[in-house]
Amino acid sequence: MQIKESPETFDAIIVGSGAGGGMATKILSEAGLNIAVIEAGPFFDPADPETRTQLRWPYESPRRGASSTRPFGDFDAAYGGWEIEGEPYTKKNGTKFDWFRSRMLGGRTNHWGRISLRFGPLDFKRKSIDGLGDDWPITYEDVKPYYDKVDKLIGVFGSNENLPNDPDGFFLPAPKPRLHEMYYIKGARKANVPVYPSRLSILTKPINENRGVCFYCGQCSRSCSAYADFSSGSCLIFPAQKSGGQIKLYTDSMVREVVTDESGKATGVIFINKKDRKEYKLNAKVIVLAASACSTARILLNSKSKVHKDGLGNSSGLVGRYLHDSTGSDRAAFVPALMDRELYNEDGVGGMHVYSPWWGNNKKLDFPRGYHIEVWGGLSMPSYGFGFGIDKLNKFIGEKVGGYGDALRNDVKKFYGSILGFSGRGESIASESNYCEIDPDAVDEWGIPVLRFQYKWSKYEKLQAKHMHDTFEDIIDGMGGHAIGNKPTEDEDYGLLTPGRIIHEVGTTRMGDDPKKSVTNKYQQLHDVENVFIVDAGPFVSQADKNPTWTILALSWRTCDYIVSELKKQNI
Amino acid sequence: MNRRDSIKSILLGSVATGITFHGCNPSEPTASLPQTPDLPQYGRTDKEKLRDQKLFETSFFNEHELLTIAVLCDIILPKSNQYNSASDTDVKEFIDFIVRDMEAHQIPLRGGIMWLDGFSNKIYNKEFVVCTEEEQLHICDQIAYPEETKPELIQGEAFFTRMRNLTLTGYYTSKKGIEELGYKGNTPNVWDGVPEHILSKHGFKYEEEWLAKCINNSNRGDVAKWDDKGNLIS
Repeated sequence: MQIKESPETFDAIIVGSGAGGGMATKILSEAGLNIAVIEAGPFFDPADPETRTQLRWPYESPRRGASSTRPFGDFDAAYGGWEIEGEPYTKKNGTKFDWFRSRMLGGRTNHWGRISLRFGPLDFKRKSIDGLGDDWPITYEDVKPYYDKVDKLIGVFGSNENLPNDPDGFFLPAPKPRLHEMYYIKGARKANVPVYPSRLSILTKPINENRGVCFYCGQCSRSCSAYADFSSGSCLIFPAQKSGGQIKLYTDSMVREVVTDESGKATGVIFINKKDRKEYKLNAKVIVLAASACSTARILLNSKSKVHKDGLGNSSGLVGRYLHDSTGSDRAAFVPALMDRELYNEDGVGGMHVYSPWWGNNKKLDFPRGYHIEVWGGLSMPSYGFGFGIDKLNKFIGEKVGGYGDALRNDVKKFYGSILGFSGRGESIASESNYCEIDPDAVDEWGIPVLRFQYKWSKYEKLQAKHMHDTFEDIIDGMGGHAIGNKPTEDEDYGLLTPGRIIHEVGTTRMGDDPKKSVTNKYQQLHDVENVFIVDAGPFVSQADKNPTWTILALSWRTCDYIVSELKKQNI
Repeated sequence: MNRRDSIKSILLGSVATGITFHGCNPSEPTASLPQTPDLPQYGRTDKEKLRDQKLFETSFFNEHELLTIAVLCDIILPKSNQYNSASDTDVKEFIDFIVRDMEAHQIPLRGGIMWLDGFSNKIYNKEFVVCTEEEQLHICDQIAYPEETKPELIQGEAFFTRMRNLTLTGYYTSKKGIEELGYKGNTPNVWDGVPEHILSKHGFKYEEEWLAKCINNSNRGDVAKWDDKGNLIS
């Protein structure tokens, strides 16, 4: 076998170009380091007209934007999905787990919901509060300065509310609520659920000269060609390149393993170039893994050597363990007062203008941890699925279901914009018995052994989902609406979605002070190998009822500051 | 890139890449098989282009099936003084494509058309498409209203429901359909909340305390600055 080896030795190799990898690219290159960024998918720039989907009409797609090619529809900016041809994963013991991967520069940051929530002080100390899971080895105060810097560097709209566990920050002004969101506010308040402006990383004002301001097309999931939303490429990697960073980008390059020397120290990585199907080796002083929680665990477990017999950084046996995703359940409602609406452009920003952070007191509830509520609806652009079952809403107002002709056309217009919905997104309990590991029997088309998942929700997550639906129905009552469909039952796990579906996998290389109980230290450095760091969501000890991206960015920045300082001290 | 440049590049981009997916001539009354259109350009990856190309190169429905679909689409959304018919847009072509794209539609639609002809033969001793308009509507009336369908016609109801769904989607995602619906978005604009008269019609008013947290459109172009406590000062 002949591996093509580059003679150059980089200061750092960064594996993955999503939120964590993008931030590492920016911080390390600005510190003067010579770096290589390796991405498993193609180059992607949301401003490139060739690949742009923003502002396209449904009729530009022959399937009208349906999800038969891309899982979130033709115009969604994620190349990949739950299943990727040639790159399988397996499950055992009847596990249901869906693993979403986006193969492109910027990864999943190109299509994500931009919901940018800081973890609060309590979120780092959950075991001390309810005895479940573990505390983080760091506190909110350790991360706060980095959250502040991320707010200012990337931009996030929201509002300072002085809430105990949803910290204030440096916010851009929020967009005014849409009409269905006014109904949500009304219903939620009646149900004693507080509502605040949402917190999304979308520029409602400029923060610098390099990025445009939101022009309210509501299509952040298509990745903004004006760079007005946060995507890792447009907001971190391109600016770092522009400001003269020594950055070499390797796209369509899938890392298989980290290579170590006889002392066990990392010397580089081996990757497969997807274009020529050949192996390449790059050398570096420091390896920064940011491939996503599960992909990073896979690389570590596939990096076996004499020194690291069970995989790199795995002396604890915990690489891949404590995998957890957010809980999630959704419900839709029909609001008769929203029938026959006067029409106007209600696109707004890409996502909700209002939301409800967790308000409950778990001491009075039968489940631990909380969830937040996201709201959707409005006069949105039709795409595949528009009009399906619209006639059935007649049942709620005592009119005839079904039909055709002008009566049907009238139904379409009568009901357009009268449906809204809620998504509960909550915190699950990290468990050692939920994990990913290497499947001994399978490789992908690049010859790399694949992941096998074992995952089971506990009663905690199921009871939380039940509470979500009770709350949704209270809110629907409060706004004078009708819940659509039946309330999910115990047999249906109360509507709790399959793990992986919320695309917030974290915890596979969790941080801690004790090398026997954790994979990385509090600087996200492998306990076992001093020059390997992890800056994706793998090191999360618990994930809070908050979306992980803002914390990935803050912790990546913090780790990179540590790397630079350790390099200066010649400790690594 | 500033905002003006970015919008310009978006607009130029759309001209440069164009929209090359055209439906067939809507006034064409026959059931000729749709021509393979030029491949549409809508930001596809190489793999996706290949998948589209393969789908366009195959066919599923035969002429009789397409004719039946065309007749049904125009019963579901007929032409009137005020409105376009389904076949004034490319609904038939959309359905012809979507069955190749989503195989789950294939048997229910093909079998549904057979069911419809079987039912039509039973009552009128002829296939559905050659029935008079009155006869066709008489058939549809028995399967178009889910709560009133006779048990022995329930499969016909499922077929009609699927046809209704696909026709509505095809029509209201077409250019003419979107115009008819009155959707106003998908264009650069400045969001300034729900128009006041609409808010008040629904009995709402933005609260002062909430508005204080919202965008002031008179200074939305000023670069954001904060004091040390996170208060926006620009």
